[in-house]
Amino acid sequence: MNQEQLQELERIARDVRRLTLQSIARLGIGHVGGAMSIAEVLTYLYFDHMHIDPEHPRMDDRDRLVLSKGHAGPVLYSILAKKGFFRLDWLDTLNVGGTNLPSHCDRNLTPGIDMTTGSLGQGLSAALGIALALRLDKRNSRVFAVIGDGESQEGQNWEAAMSASHFKAGNLIAFTDNNHLQIDGSICEIMEIEVLEDKWRSFGWHTQKINGHDFSQIEAAVHLAESVSERPSMIILDTVKGKGCTFAEGQVASHNMPVSREQLDQALAALEEN
Amino acid sequence: MGKDIRQVYTDTLLELAQTDDTICVLESDLMMATGTKAFKEAYPDRFFDVGVAEANMVGIASGLSSEGKIPFAASFGTFASRRTFDQFFLSANYARLNVKLVGTDPGITAQFNGGTHMPFEDVGMMRLIPDLVIIEPCDTVSCAALVRLAAKHQGSVYIRLHRKGSQTLYDERQQFELGRGQVLRDGTDVTLIASGFVMVPEALKAADLLKEEGIRAAVLDMHTIKPLDEELVLSFAQKTGAVVTCENHQVTGGLGGAVAELLGEQLPTLMGRIGSQDKFGQVGTLDYLLEAYQLRAEDIAEKARRILAKNS
Ligand SMILES: Cc1ncc(C[n+]2csc(CCOP(=O)(O)OP(=O)(O)O)c2C)c(N)n1
Ligand SMILES: [Mg+2]
Repeated sequence: MNQEQLQELERIARDVRRLTLQSIARLGIGHVGGAMSIAEVLTYLYFDHMHIDPEHPRMDDRDRLVLSKGHAGPVLYSILAKKGFFRLDWLDTLNVGGTNLPSHCDRNLTPGIDMTTGSLGQGLSAALGIALALRLDKRNSRVFAVIGDGESQEGQNWEAAMSASHFKAGNLIAFTDNNHLQIDGSICEIMEIEVLEDKWRSFGWHTQKINGHDFSQIEAAVHLAESVSERPSMIILDTVKGKGCTFAEGQVASHNMPVSREQLDQALAALEEN
Repeated sequence: MGKDIRQVYTDTLLELAQTDDTICVLESDLMMATGTKAFKEAYPDRFFDVGVAEANMVGIASGLSSEGKIPFAASFGTFASRRTFDQFFLSANYARLNVKLVGTDPGITAQFNGGTHMPFEDVGMMRLIPDLVIIEPCDTVSCAALVRLAAKHQGSVYIRLHRKGSQTLYDERQQFELGRGQVLRDGTDVTLIASGFVMVPEALKAADLLKEEGIRAAVLDMHTIKPLDEELVLSFAQKTGAVVTCENHQVTGGLGGAVAELLGEQLPTLMGRIGSQDKFGQVGTLDYLLEAYQLRAEDIAEKARRILAKNS
């Protein structure tokens, strides 16, 4: 990735953060932390990598993405809106009664959302099912999945892990948003999941660990993952919860937090300066 | 403002734990939501946060119970019921153990968490478990009393717990019994049977609306949905000849289902059921959702009028 591309992606990610914070602040409460920590990986995938068409959100040969940590929906909505899957002003309706943009991802309401999620632990199995179906249909499409580190405590992830390598799902690439926090505290204090890399590797996955806010590392890791055949890939993203948002960064309380007008203004000003 | 219902829950557990060292509290990364942090601080060795792993939590609770502990394990109602159903059914109930499972954010109170987090089916699922006791307190006083009774009860209990917000409908000295509904208002024309923080007040308001039209509605707080207070339901059905159930839940499987099954077998009575009509949840404010699922006092009153029109 050259300097120009890098700067362009960084600019987009800043804008994605801005849109996400604005949409959450409109109602005054939302899942800020876990949305901010995956702004880079989703920006890279949707703006630089995935084969998608905003005009045809269900196009057969598109790449799919399952946001298993469905509470981060708002950041994906900002990306989809920016890509043109729907009008930008839909973002103002986040969580308003009758909306197409509910707090957790819903494949029936939002163009561009491939799977309904929100009950943690279910997304990776669904992503594997999609990957197996695509293989049956002889499509080259890739399936991406994003799970949380707290979410990794759900046993179903490890059932999915075992079966994905057993079924040789080489078209499945998953990310763990390793932001080190869950609702009740830090991961290591609530329920330790380390050593995460060793766990995935021992389940037969190709495993990498990178800085999840660094576009060059994300690009390199995704390319390497795609060069591996017959094995699913896990890319562990070392991230900061609330990243890039002044009042949320690194805070446990950023999980589902009230956002005031003043906080929003302050955060947007800081984003501008960057 | 009074105490949040969740704080009543935690305070009651703290009070029980003072004299009963078998009381344990389990969470699955929702301690901050249930509000049991004070318990963790007071009794760190009797508090277990298992992370995001509800099925494991209920399995652990069952094991604790088999060694004589009294575990109270909580999650959002959707996950407490749907995610742990087999563990709760088998390890806790079929094994005849003593697990108190708490499902918070009943029905529309899940609000902005939306359809994935909005339990309209938990009571229905739980009613299928033999001998399980199911309670849904409607205010601070009944919450404290029912949590105490749940702890004392030998056997598993499902507690449908409202979380944020406070309301007090009962006098502090009111006595409660599991399986005995409360008559909040007597009446002769129609009986409104309600449960929970949202629907009991709506039923009371509906009774006021009906009173203005000269319809005298009785209101029952059915805080124990299982075992149902059959005697009370039958006597009021007999007396008023018309029944409307009011629940923040699907109309099938829960309170409405229980009352319909009883009356259908023993005393066929015209009845209506207020609750979600075979619909999934969605996001919105409480007011929006009350209207979307037709749970408001006006909806209850309208249902009562229609039944009375059929009766005459
Ligand atoms: C099955 C299930 N249990 C509990 C919840 C409530 N919940 C939502 S997010 C969350 C914490 C998740 O932590 P993590 O995966 O680390 O999320 P992130 O830090 O990325 O926001 C919990 C417990 C849920 N949505 N689903
Ligand atoms: Mg996390």
